[in-house]
Amino acid sequence: MTAYLLKRFLIGALTLVFASLVVFSVLEILPGDPARLMLGMNASEETVQVLREQMGLNQPLLLRYFDWAGGLLTLDFGKSYTYSVPVIDLIAERVVVSLPLAIMALFLSTVIAIPVGVFAAQRRGRTADTLSMGAAQIGVAIPNFWFALILIYIFAVWLRLVPAGGFPGWNAGVWPAFKALILPAVALALPQAAILARVTRSALLEVLGEDYIRTARAKGMPRSHVLWRHALRNAMIPVLTILGLQFAFLLAGTIIIENVFYLPGLGRLIFQAITQRDLIVVESVVMLLVATVIVVNLLVDLSYAIVDPRLRSRQ
Amino acid sequence: MTLPAAEFERETFGSFVAKAFANRSFIIGFMITALIAGMALLSFFWTPYDVTNLVVADRMQPPSRTHLFGTDQFGRDVLSMIMVGSRNSIAVAFVAVGIGMGLGVPLGCWAAARGGFVDEAVMRFNDLVFAFPALLSAVMITAIFGPGAINAIIAIGIFNIPVFARVSRAGALAIWPREFILAARAAGKGKALITVEHILPNIANLLLVQGTIQFALGILAEAGLSYLGLGAQPPMPSWGRMLFDAQTLMMVAPYLALFPGFAIVITVLGLNLLGDGVSDVLDPKLRRQR
Repeated sequence: MTAYLLKRFLIGALTLVFASLVVFSVLEILPGDPARLMLGMNASEETVQVLREQMGLNQPLLLRYFDWAGGLLTLDFGKSYTYSVPVIDLIAERVVVSLPLAIMALFLSTVIAIPVGVFAAQRRGRTADTLSMGAAQIGVAIPNFWFALILIYIFAVWLRLVPAGGFPGWNAGVWPAFKALILPAVALALPQAAILARVTRSALLEVLGEDYIRTARAKGMPRSHVLWRHALRNAMIPVLTILGLQFAFLLAGTIIIENVFYLPGLGRLIFQAITQRDLIVVESVVMLLVATVIVVNLLVDLSYAIVDPRLRSRQ
Repeated sequence: MTLPAAEFERETFGSFVAKAFANRSFIIGFMITALIAGMALLSFFWTPYDVTNLVVADRMQPPSRTHLFGTDQFGRDVLSMIMVGSRNSIAVAFVAVGIGMGLGVPLGCWAAARGGFVDEAVMRFNDLVFAFPALLSAVMITAIFGPGAINAIIAIGIFNIPVFARVSRAGALAIWPREFILAARAAGKGKALITVEHILPNIANLLLVQGTIQFALGILAEAGLSYLGLGAQPPMPSWGRMLFDAQTLMMVAPYLALFPGFAIVITVLGLNLLGDGVSDVLDPKLRRQR
């Protein structure tokens, strides 16, 4: 187990190094001089050169890479070209929107999907199964931003229960801020829940076909006990894998939803930074997200061991 | 030698078609997909109205007999735009799947055939691509290299490569230890030849199923990118772009947001059902889990 985790950890670290090389080189070959962009087209060549010098853009490529990568390790992401504030401050400001949103969406999708998946698996082949899986099939096909538009129309335009967009900030009070995140969270959660419900159902069906389940039933163990204590626990591995993937997706994939609802989250930050050629912000946020994906995947691997004791002793 | 093999294949294809059309998912999926593909083809020859024709006098008309899905803020017929937009969605998703298969399948087969270092390297490359949040990276690629259908294809296609590499590697690894492969090796065939002659035909069903799934995901991704203004550029209609335009007009013309969304949902649903149907028919063992 330790050897296995160590290997996963090393692979994660290696992936991170390669990812940083990819991000850095892709953004380096970009057309457009960030110094020129900051100063505008009317600035003289000398001013641009001075700024380039200040920004360290005239240093050799390799040196700049190590500067940047070293900075990442110490959470010193540099200064945004357009906002002229440390990137870490920008990220901190936006994470308080994106992270609660991702957690809310993940929570919603889990509390919807797992009961639906279990319910459908229990009634395999019956009308309830067909209906819930039909609904899941449609849920998978719905683009979340379109679902978001429909939610806005019903709950914000028509019923006026929640704001149609924007974020008042957590300083405005927990409830108003929370209210602004409800619709985006639902919009994000529905397609995810549909996928998760399907995975839960098929994982559970596979487990329910195993011999030890029949043995447990033959012993006289109640059906619900077998389901919740034995079957569901063993069906959790694929479910956890998907959950891990979904969390990473939710953190980064909110880019469209944040645009739909005008939420000042990480997705919008990176979208604006790309259009403004604010390379340093793009580089840092992308690396942060890649690191999150890798860490989440590691945690998922670790959680396998908790769910499945056999993996603890195995290599 | 070749005759029995050919006969065998013909027989399985015939039985595949027979079984497929007895499968509910397959029939519904096939019909929807055929309908959408037919609509896209038809749009090359005929649409109810010309989508480049702006008729300001007819702007924002609700659905009626003359304009089945209504008109947009420039007086263009929404049904015609959806028909023309389907070409764009299908083309982007199709080529993106082509890129993923074209590069991913050889990589996966190579990894499975060689094992060892090559295998490890290919798998680590997969990890690397998977570590990048796909949609975010697609946004980055299209924003950097300029918005447009071609860059959207590349952006979506790149993230299809590791998917196909993984599927074909796993499929091939299950085939390599089989006895007929051993026989082929004993007959002196090289790994490349065995891969082409024996591995690929045996993993084709896996690739077909994965292909329809990625196709559906490609349609969704293209819609997302064009919603952000990074896909096909106006005046070429695209479903995502239509939804973006509809958002600001939601108070006055909510129907504008309805039809492009339905088009996306129906297309993706059709492809997913088709994929489910194909995998049911090809691998009945999986059926009970669906």
